[in-house]
Amino acid sequence: MKERRILVCIKPVPDPEHYDKIGIDPASKTLVRSGIPAVINPNDKNAIEAALEIREYWGGIVELVSMAPPDAEEKLREGLAMGADKAYLLSDRSFAGSDTLATARVLAAGIAKIGSFDLVITGSESADGGTTNVSPQLGEMLGLPHVCNVESITPQNEEQWQLNVKIEEGYLKVEGPTPMVVGVNDKINTPRYTTVMGIMEAEDKEVVIWSAADLEIDNDKVGLTGSPTQPGDLHEPKLQRAGKLLEGEPEVVVDKLIRLLRQAGVLNA
Amino acid sequence: MLPPEVFVVTEQVQGQLTPVSFELLGAAKKLAEEMGGASISCVLLGADIRDLGEDLASHGADKVYLAEDQRLALYQNEYYALFLTKFFKKQQPEVVLWGATAISGELAATVAARLETGLSAHCSDLHLNEEGLLVQVVPAFGGKVLGDILCPSRRPQMATVKTGIFSSLSKGEGAGEIIYEDTSILDGCSPLLKTLKVTKEKDRDTSLKEAAVVVGGGWGVGSGENWTLLERLSSLLGGAVGCTRPALDEGWTNGEHTMIGTSGITIKPKVYIGIGISGAIHHLVGIKDAEMIISINKDAKAPILSFSDYGVVADFKKVLPGLIEKIEELS
Ligand SMILES: Cc1cc2nc3c(=O)[nH]c(=O)nc-3n(C[C@H](O)[C@H](O)[C@H](O)COP(=O)(O)OP(=O)(O)OC[C@H]3O[C@@H](n4cnc5c(N)ncnc54)[C@H](O)[C@@H]3O)c2cc1C
Ligand SMILES: Cc1cc2nc3c(=O)[nH]c(=O)nc-3n(C[C@H](O)[C@H](O)[C@H](O)COP(=O)(O)OP(=O)(O)OC[C@H]3O[C@@H](n4cnc5c(N)ncnc54)[C@H](O)[C@@H]3O)c2cc1C
Repeated sequence: MKERRILVCIKPVPDPEHYDKIGIDPASKTLVRSGIPAVINPNDKNAIEAALEIREYWGGIVELVSMAPPDAEEKLREGLAMGADKAYLLSDRSFAGSDTLATARVLAAGIAKIGSFDLVITGSESADGGTTNVSPQLGEMLGLPHVCNVESITPQNEEQWQLNVKIEEGYLKVEGPTPMVVGVNDKINTPRYTTVMGIMEAEDKEVVIWSAADLEIDNDKVGLTGSPTQPGDLHEPKLQRAGKLLEGEPEVVVDKLIRLLRQAGVLNA
Repeated sequence: MLPPEVFVVTEQVQGQLTPVSFELLGAAKKLAEEMGGASISCVLLGADIRDLGEDLASHGADKVYLAEDQRLALYQNEYYALFLTKFFKKQQPEVVLWGATAISGELAATVAARLETGLSAHCSDLHLNEEGLLVQVVPAFGGKVLGDILCPSRRPQMATVKTGIFSSLSKGEGAGEIIYEDTSILDGCSPLLKTLKVTKEKDRDTSLKEAAVVVGGGWGVGSGENWTLLERLSSLLGGAVGCTRPALDEGWTNGEHTMIGTSGITIKPKVYIGIGISGAIHHLVGIKDAEMIISINKDAKAPILSFSDYGVVADFKKVLPGLIEKIEELS
């Protein structure tokens, strides 16, 4: 049986459990997100899990790839602690401000340098930017077939894989050869927890760090300047409302509710 | 100079136009007016789609470009992207709008990469700025923050638009022209990935999106048995029941398509009644456009209360049965 080499793209994001605390500084109009810890994008843990399951079944190696600032090494170690074998961190000041197209270019350049592989697995959606663009755009940059919103991956034989793709109406059944880029959704599996053993082993695993100079990359096509989209103003949607409390015994509250429903025109009786 | 044109990529699944296709025409109309009378063009790919094209032509599209080919019957990323990339290179539009659905979102990202242009995703608003650039308002951090995205130099400016944001135009608005496009470019392509089939889930109840009253239930509802109280209330009011993620995960609800929020649907009912819901940002973004929000939560400190017009601090089990009884008496 042919051993598999699987690359998994992971993005560190501010922990989505704390997004209620994110806001905009009224003076500088910039994002306030201090004190929110970084985590591996939750959906990317599904991607790691999917890769580990394939490795367990077919044999092979699982390697992580991330474009992020240098401190992301810690997040890559968490992925290694889940069981991945090796990690690559693509980190350079010039990558800052990359939009999805520029991000896909950097990831593709890193992957091209890593070499041959059977599968690239990504999440479908990040919790912070959440565009869902990167997975298909990475496929395009690598010149490979790609599919996202994948809810199950079934190898048919050595080279042919079948994928169940979630769409609003139901599912698509898709089939194709490796290598390909697969974006998995969060229903595909339940990511495993890291064990103490896993964390200890991760200490000895390799994290390769590459800067722009290590990659074959056109400097004009990465970072904010190389991105076709440019960020403008930030806003906070207005969510606060009057919050008037309806007080009293249950019967009184019921009467007040009835009055409101009538007033809103949804109860005609 | 030719008058400006706003392009919309409509979508069909198994010969049915998806709801967002019509909403995109509504969004395009708004932009066309801001541009001082641009025309609205849409493109549809599929097999045997003449009728669908006519439907679009009578819902506000000035021009309907059809790529009709048996090979396009099902969504095939490689065929679809190949055709659309060539089509947009020829048309050179300023603006292209897509549905923020699984299929169109993936397709838009693919085509954006091939055209090396920008793509904003899940837009909740679109307008033009003073320079005439498309301002694409996207959610980030689960919707806690909205960002304006611009695409100043590359063309087209492309955006995917969330379902349920823009209103469709009513039937009879315009009688657009139908134009058949040449699909012979597909001859030179043998897709590696093949979509073999679509399995539709049992016909979706779409009532949630149109309902004037939505009763939303959260983790605090506590059991499937309690959930029937929500269904009872909603049916008395001719409404529908929606849920939060934890309630969905508990298996009390009618399924994933009833989840409201960042990862689910957006609703704009006259009245939203939230029961046993804490008010996390991921849920709030889905209900923020409700005309009236009423919530029942037993915790006086629950955030949902300050995001509601009216709040009741109580165990819902003490309030709902009485409310249901009262409405039954009245009707
Ligand atoms: C407020 C705001 C709005 C934005 N709007 C847009 C926009 O409309 N258009 C646009 O082009 N960009 C936009 N961006 C920039 C975008 O967030 C970045 O390009 C980001 O690097 C990747 O996009 P994403 O988070 O949307 O990823 P997604 O496409 O949602 O991520 C899918 C998967 O791709 C992989 N992946 C993504 N990023 C990385 C990475 N750095 N390293 C490794 N794997 C990765 C992960 O597996 C992830 O699960 C926005 C950013 C902000 C802060
Ligand atoms: C990336 C991401 C995407 C997400 N997308 C979504 C999404 O689309 N939609 C969504 O809903 N969530 C989403 N979530 C989850 C979201 O962050 C919250 O966890 C979720 O909305 C909380 O649901 P809840 O209010 O039902 O539960 P909880 O937060 O547990 O709140 C339960 C509430 O019920 C109250 N309660 C308990 N018992 C009673 C009683 N007897 N009577 C009255 N009140 C009672 C409690 O006081 C509490 O306030 C997402 C999370 C992430 C990380």
